[in-house]
Amino acid sequence: MAVQTPLTRPPRATSWLNDPVIRGWIYQVVVAVVIIAFIAFIAHNTATNLAQQNKSTGFDFFFQTSGFDILFSLIPYGRGSYYWEAFIVGLLNTLLVSAIGIVFATMLGFTIGIARLSGNWIISRLATVYIETLRNIPLLLQLFFWYFAVLKAMPGVKNSIVFLDSALNQRGLFTPKPIFDDRFIYVVIAFVAAVVTGLFVRAWARRRLEATGARFPVFLSFVALIIVLPGLAWLVSGTHVEFDVPVIKGFNYSGGLALPPEFLALALGLILYTATFIAEIVRAGVQSVSYGQTEAAQALGLKEGDRLRLVIIPQAMRVIVPPLTSQYLNLTKNSSLAVAIGYPELVSVFMGTTLNQTGRAIEVVFITMLVYLVISLTTSLIMNWYNARVALVER
Amino acid sequence: MSVDTVSYVRTELSEPLPPPRSSTGVIGWMRKNLFASVTDTILTLVGLVIVVWAAPQLYSFLIGHAVWVAEDGEACRVPGTGACWAYVWDRADFFVYGFYPVDKRFADWPGVLSTVLGYWRINLVFLVGLVLLVPLLMPKVPYKLINALLFFVVFPVLVYFLLNGGVFGLEAVPTEKWGGLTVTLIIGLVGIVTSLPLGILLALGRQSKLPIIKIACVMFIELWRSVPLITVLFMASIMLPLFAPEGVTVDKLLRALIGVALFNSAYMAEVVRGGLQAMPRGQYEAAAALGLNYWKRMILIILPQALKYVIPGIVNTFISLFKDTSLVSIVGIFDILKTVQSSTADLNWTSPTQAITGYIFCAAVFWVFCFSMSRYSRSMERRLETGHKR
Repeated sequence: MAVQTPLTRPPRATSWLNDPVIRGWIYQVVVAVVIIAFIAFIAHNTATNLAQQNKSTGFDFFFQTSGFDILFSLIPYGRGSYYWEAFIVGLLNTLLVSAIGIVFATMLGFTIGIARLSGNWIISRLATVYIETLRNIPLLLQLFFWYFAVLKAMPGVKNSIVFLDSALNQRGLFTPKPIFDDRFIYVVIAFVAAVVTGLFVRAWARRRLEATGARFPVFLSFVALIIVLPGLAWLVSGTHVEFDVPVIKGFNYSGGLALPPEFLALALGLILYTATFIAEIVRAGVQSVSYGQTEAAQALGLKEGDRLRLVIIPQAMRVIVPPLTSQYLNLTKNSSLAVAIGYPELVSVFMGTTLNQTGRAIEVVFITMLVYLVISLTTSLIMNWYNARVALVER
Repeated sequence: MSVDTVSYVRTELSEPLPPPRSSTGVIGWMRKNLFASVTDTILTLVGLVIVVWAAPQLYSFLIGHAVWVAEDGEACRVPGTGACWAYVWDRADFFVYGFYPVDKRFADWPGVLSTVLGYWRINLVFLVGLVLLVPLLMPKVPYKLINALLFFVVFPVLVYFLLNGGVFGLEAVPTEKWGGLTVTLIIGLVGIVTSLPLGILLALGRQSKLPIIKIACVMFIELWRSVPLITVLFMASIMLPLFAPEGVTVDKLLRALIGVALFNSAYMAEVVRGGLQAMPRGQYEAAAALGLNYWKRMILIILPQALKYVIPGIVNTFISLFKDTSLVSIVGIFDILKTVQSSTADLNWTSPTQAITGYIFCAAVFWVFCFSMSRYSRSMERRLETGHKR
């Protein structure tokens, strides 16, 4: 029987400098030293420059009064408000225009994307023309176009374009605002109850389908629930809704919901521009599902609707959702272009006016970037979770 | 019994019948593509209404009632006129060359020649760029490596010395005077030239097994990718002067260039990473088995394949980079959008359609560049396509 000799390292044939591990560490130390030195260099320069310009630093400016007004705000804000309130106003305005943009861009984008795939020649051509035109023109230029060339060129207040109690003029869009009385809360409760019941019905129908194979019209019953329950609540509670209709008072409309042209132009530009990208993503997603899948679904005897719902869409969504999220992020980031047309969102209020007034460049830039960083990192965390959930399970 | 004795058996194939008339020609095409079902018919009608409604209006605004030749805005102020192209033509020098000084020696030359020769430094740059770019884009022309080196390395240096001047007896022109389409193209070119190599390095760093290098690259990429370009440009224009050592001033255009380059290199890095990840492991292992060191493995084996794989993604990044150059107008650089924007206040040409005409012109310029880039990328995609599609 052979006696195993203990394994010994053979003597080094070459210098230790050629050991990949040691080399790796040398490279890393060099890179780390260079980065740290670079940061130290910048920090030193900044400190020297700030000291020379006699600028103070710190975040105390947050609790000073801002002294400027903001044209469009979701929370009460005035000249006497603090800088942190200005920051919140900007942040909320960014989130508002992003949320509205995302909802409408998704709807428009899916429509256009499906239209582009349509077998109807004229519809698919129109969709292609729309996509190829708007996608290849810078968003900033489109914003200028909507703001300066379209909305600012609208007629004056006296000659407003009036439709359905709404008025469109140079100063923006004025629409009726619904005012709810106290009893309206019952309608809201009924609506929530309808949604919850609908979800339960769906779960029950699914269990029954898996157990017995009997189908239940889930979608129709969902719609019926959502219409019937709040409707009943409306009738029973006797609530009534009034509309605050905008009327001309002096030189401007007052009352109602006033949307300034800056907001309209930004929302319009973001929606129309992002929709082109979403349309292309939808097209790629649907095309990524191979035709064999459709044929296999047909061979199983699935109806058209079931085929789409159970076979095609789930597979297409796997391809669609990740780039779709990055388009949502792009839309949110692109809303910062509002600084060029004066809609008071985060960059405009904070990196623009606040920075100019306080001169705290480093703090303001740092916070603004941090906000976007947080938004984007949160989204990518959720995305990673979703991707892990829908990822193809491979053998 | 042989065949020729049986008279009722055909000895040759009969001619195939033509397809039914309703499924061929124009009618068949329309039945298939426009009126396949009731829904389809409705959609077709809706589409037709849109076309019939929009096309004549567009035609009358852009061509029919447009003002092509005029001395000033008088003709464009007439109610009902369309685009004021005469205004664009009048301001074309500004839109293309910005405030770049005209060479006075050619002022007496007739017509367009005075402009072409007056801005000969910029036009020479355009010409050289075109001569280098066109063969680079044609797949069949040889000497790609030399050509690419000339365009991406030598050409930018030439552009700098020719436009900035101060050497070889050329009048020095500070970058504040550069403007218009010239500046847009310069930012685009510099962005492309710097972001691709930087992006490749970052992507390799992100794939690296060395933790510190990997973390540094990931942080760099994620930071730039999560903030809007405009904040980066603001940062570059406000903070770079603070970062620089005392007494060193950073040129305004250079600041924007640094911002654009850093920002896009992060996006480029992610595109390249896609290519690196799509490479089969066997390629990495085969390269290592040949005994090549890291850089040789990457440069000779991995990158040529990975980059080829992501050409569409790279071109898409170039397109968005080119569109994003318009953002420098917000930090006060006179790119083409800023020249158009500032010309809308030109009192000589005041008219209701002045602004709209300028924007349409600017949009058309951007569109031509971006659309041709995307078409080119499609054709490359098709050339490299090896899979089977249904």
